[in-house]
Amino acid sequence: MRERTKRSLGLAQFVEAVRDETGLSILDLGEISQPNVSFITGLGHRLYSVDFVRTLDSITVPEDPPGGPSQRNRIEAFIDQTLGYEPESIDGVFAWDALEHLNRPLLLAVVDRLYEILRPGACLLAFFHAAEAGEWAPVYSYRIVGPDTLQLTFRTQRRPVERFNNRGIEKLFERYESVKFFLSRDHIREVIVHR
Amino acid sequence: MQTTPTKVSSPASGAAAIGKSVVVKGDIYSREDLYVDGEVEGTIEVQEHRLTVGPNGRVKAAVRAREAVIRGTVHGDIEAIDRIDVRKEAKVVGDLRTTRIAIEEGAYFKGSVDVVRKPAPAAEGRGSGPPASREAPQPASAAGASATPARRS
Repeated sequence: MRERTKRSLGLAQFVEAVRDETGLSILDLGEISQPNVSFITGLGHRLYSVDFVRTLDSITVPEDPPGGPSQRNRIEAFIDQTLGYEPESIDGVFAWDALEHLNRPLLLAVVDRLYEILRPGACLLAFFHAAEAGEWAPVYSYRIVGPDTLQLTFRTQRRPVERFNNRGIEKLFERYESVKFFLSRDHIREVIVHR
Repeated sequence: MQTTPTKVSSPASGAAAIGKSVVVKGDIYSREDLYVDGEVEGTIEVQEHRLTVGPNGRVKAAVRAREAVIRGTVHGDIEAIDRIDVRKEAKVVGDLRTTRIAIEEGAYFKGSVDVVRKPAPAAEGRGSGPPASREAPQPASAAGASATPARRS
């Protein structure tokens, strides 16, 4: 199915957290889309956008052993290109399903940097497919069509690097204040994380 | 805010044009619509008019215009009083500030979008503004137009 809509409790909670103020800075790590621009700016916020998956593909360098110099350079380059914001300057992040496509060292570096750039109390919305590691999983564009409704448009397929269960996700965000899960009927685990 | 894209495929008659083999380094001020299909590095100001960056256009500049239509590549902040249209073939790296914006599917965009509300004439004046908002942060990438955001100090 190329396109479908879904109710998202995670999105509803995110919107609830940012709707009473204006002038917040919201970072979208998915593909830029008019619905998301309109929704976020319509709430009076500023939208920051960087396409994680596209950037990930554009800076791929030959693999080298874990921890090797080109892997470290690649991580630094990716972090600089995507998350080069001042500490505690972002009020919310739509990570969508971007995190599950990062290998472990890059994922840890990204989650750490997100912690640094988020304001205390800010929230992050991330999705994790229930697919096994190594199985193909769809990558979607997530468009906000209502305060609790998303339109998912198929972009491509990728193999998630690892399978995330609740315990693994909690451990990933252990520096953060809280982690809340919603398992939806479409086997997407929605996660709201508070900094 | 959905807006209807303006149809632009070639320079409008009467618009100044920078052709695809032309390179300009410096500041451009125009008192008429401007079509850029070449390369510009510097600043572009067409405050009362429309700037169109054509499919071959490569702009590395801060842009101020009444309206900006982007089909090529822009590295730089764009401020447009009326609207910004980012077409599907565009690649934009920079911060956008305008009152209306349209971004087509497939466009590459990295930066921020700030949609400012045109103040209603009757609402202008002390005490009638929008609710107090949090001070806009300065992500490192907002400071310039480079593809790689500046490192934090």
